Amino acid sequence: MDTETENKTQGVASKTMRIKGCEAVVRSLIAEGVDILYGYPGGAIMPVYDELYKFQNEIHHVLTRHEQGAAHAAQGYARISGKVGVAMATSGPGATNLITGIADAQIDSTPVVCITGQVFSHLLGSDAFQETDIVGISTPVTKWNCQVTKASEIPGVIAKAFYIAKSGRPGPVLIDITKDAQQGELDYEYEPCKGVRSYVPIPKTNPDAVKAAADLINAAKKPMIVWGQGVILGKAEEELKAVIEKAGIPSAWTILGASAIPTSHPLNIGMVGMHGNYAPNKLTNECDVLIAIGMRFDDRVTGKLDVYAKQAKVIHFDIDPAEIDKNVKTDVAVIGDSKDSLAQLLPLLNVNTHESWLQEFKDLYAIEFEKVIKHDLTPTKEGLTMGEVLKQINIETKGNAAIVSDVGQHQMITCRYADFNITKSNITSGGLGTMGFALPAAIGAKMGAPDREVVAIIGDGGYQMNIQELGTIFQQKVPVKIVVLNNEFLGMVRQWQQLFFDKRYASTEMTNPDFVTIAKGYYIQGKRVTKREELADAVKEMIASEESYFLEVCVEKEDNVFPMVPTGASVSDVRLS
Amino acid sequence: MNEEIKLYTISIYTENNIGLLNRVSAIFQRRHINIESLTTSQSEIDGVNRFVIVVNITESQAKRIVGQFEKQIEVIRAYYHTEEETIFTESCMFKIKSALLFEEPQIQNIIKDSNTRIVTVNKEFFVLEKSGRRNEIESLRRDLNVYGIMQFVRSGRIAVTKDEMKITEMLQAFNNQ
Ligand SMILES: Cc1ncc(C[n+]2csc(CCOP(=O)(O)OP(=O)(O)O)c2C)c(N)n1
Repeated sequence: MDTETENKTQGVASKTMRIKGCEAVVRSLIAEGVDILYGYPGGAIMPVYDELYKFQNEIHHVLTRHEQGAAHAAQGYARISGKVGVAMATSGPGATNLITGIADAQIDSTPVVCITGQVFSHLLGSDAFQETDIVGISTPVTKWNCQVTKASEIPGVIAKAFYIAKSGRPGPVLIDITKDAQQGELDYEYEPCKGVRSYVPIPKTNPDAVKAAADLINAAKKPMIVWGQGVILGKAEEELKAVIEKAGIPSAWTILGASAIPTSHPLNIGMVGMHGNYAPNKLTNECDVLIAIGMRFDDRVTGKLDVYAKQAKVIHFDIDPAEIDKNVKTDVAVIGDSKDSLAQLLPLLNVNTHESWLQEFKDLYAIEFEKVIKHDLTPTKEGLTMGEVLKQINIETKGNAAIVSDVGQHQMITCRYADFNITKSNITSGGLGTMGFALPAAIGAKMGAPDREVVAIIGDGGYQMNIQELGTIFQQKVPVKIVVLNNEFLGMVRQWQQLFFDKRYASTEMTNPDFVTIAKGYYIQGKRVTKREELADAVKEMIASEESYFLEVCVEKEDNVFPMVPTGASVSDVRLS
Repeated sequence: MNEEIKLYTISIYTENNIGLLNRVSAIFQRRHINIESLTTSQSEIDGVNRFVIVVNITESQAKRIVGQFEKQIEVIRAYYHTEEETIFTESCMFKIKSALLFEEPQIQNIIKDSNTRIVTVNKEFFVLEKSGRRNEIESLRRDLNVYGIMQFVRSGRIAVTKDEMKITEMLQAFNNQ
């Protein structure tokens, strides 16, 4: 194809080529640095797939086994790499199958660009075959979306999509491209997007607000930090660590904030929230200054709002002004980029240790250890616990693996007990709680960070929600490690039924297939562990494997996750049993 | 701490964009907030649209909802104002049988006293138009209803604010970046 022409406009050489819209889609993706995307073809997106075929040396398309898998894989890729994940699907059912992943990316602020094919523009609104109003459907769950009906709009819209997805508070963007726009011609030239006039991605940190925050922190006797994913998204891990260490502040994390500071850090006091640690939940209602950093006071974190941290002055660092005072009334709001804001805060802080205050956390930890942790990690009863599996994984990976968890009891156990030495290592569906997330997200995570060990930890329920992605793992030879913690129940729901519905186990018991045989059917090596004696060796073998590996661990059927803040209860009323 | 519920006028300056109305109405819908009225039109700036939305909510709801609007990529700026902070009006139209104009002389007095404009008259019907506050429009409707109204329609509230909104300055600042 020799359609390249050189135009000289006012002495500036600009390179435009006369190409088709579908080629422009692929060239634009490549221009954005995309070398991998996840998707599934179909009629309305076929012209783009034809171009992906031609450009396969520059951009690798991973055929998942379901569009939901493509969306979650793109999320896993984005979460581990910090880059934009890309998913592609055809119109109609292909597009609607992406929605769960898009909604998940929206609530967990994950930068994802989804491209969907659409019917010919002259058919729009006519209920044509596989026509669905995906722009209308995706509006409430996208940061931005847009339908393209002309080839000439393609490069500009793709540039804008990437800019919006990754800038400021990241999020998913959907571009719907009609088939005639894919087939039409344009003068192609790629210009990355540098700004959108109606959009301020990063509000400038106000030094006065930082000063007010510093004054409160310096005067505090019992300060406590709760950080969230905003620290990871803002690449502010070092700044946070410096702040914590200088001011000696006990610091807890939300589920999505996990791994920003190593688990072993002496000021890391654990997870807050419904199944978080005892000390940080209880002492949230004892601290005098609560410093929230890049978190959004989700109801699973706060419990009953009108008795949450009422005694404390609240400082809220966030990039998104809409988060300020949304759930918890703040005394000082520092709106801006977490890295920048924390860097400004650091020099204003006094050196401190808060020893006796930190001791209060340690004392409560000792209680949690006696009542819960000990029994989870070193059980004396016969049945295997989820916790001891995590402990074994920690030993074999030395806390350096990226852990992808699904949703349920195993997720809470994973977040509570996994050791994290490296940031961006806890990949899980936090805000939406999407069962079926982990298997495809682990594929994306491994492809986004091929040098890292990626271990997926999944319940027997959630595993079967996207089990078809074993096919992707096999075809693409993705060396992920898959651990299914099989309790033959939809465990988390069963736990609630036990505690709040008098053990009426309505539709939570599962009769499961032979998971190892299924893995073997996909030519993935696998093992089932039913006894404690077999566990250590099996985990060792799994981690040592160069290839993908499936490990099923049959755990105690009716174990519960504690501590627990029951829905609607105060964080002070966190239960240990 | 029960906050007072009152009428707030929300003004949203936006880029012209097809999907925006959808995003705007979804924000209300998710929070179960009834829209009293919604008007959208060209604003004082070329290519910039303005929504004027009236809702009955508390001030903290108004603040939060404005935050949600500002978060939308194509929203340039959003504000909320109380009635006292705005100058506002609604307009309405009546279609009435022409015969009544002659049979009921009182109608002519109503038209005159209320400063209502006659838009058109023909053999069958005539059309009245009036702008003003809701209570003026309501009382006019009640007065005319006695004689029979063929059609009545009232617009949503449109409003300008007493204070400046500085949209032009904001857009210029972007261009100068
Ligand atoms: C798509 C989806 N459907 C339903 C739920 C509700 N739900 C939350 S946890 C859970 C049970 C998960 O069971 P399993 O995957 O076996 O994990 P376990 O809790 O036993 O570790 C269910 C059904 C959900 N989170 N996501």
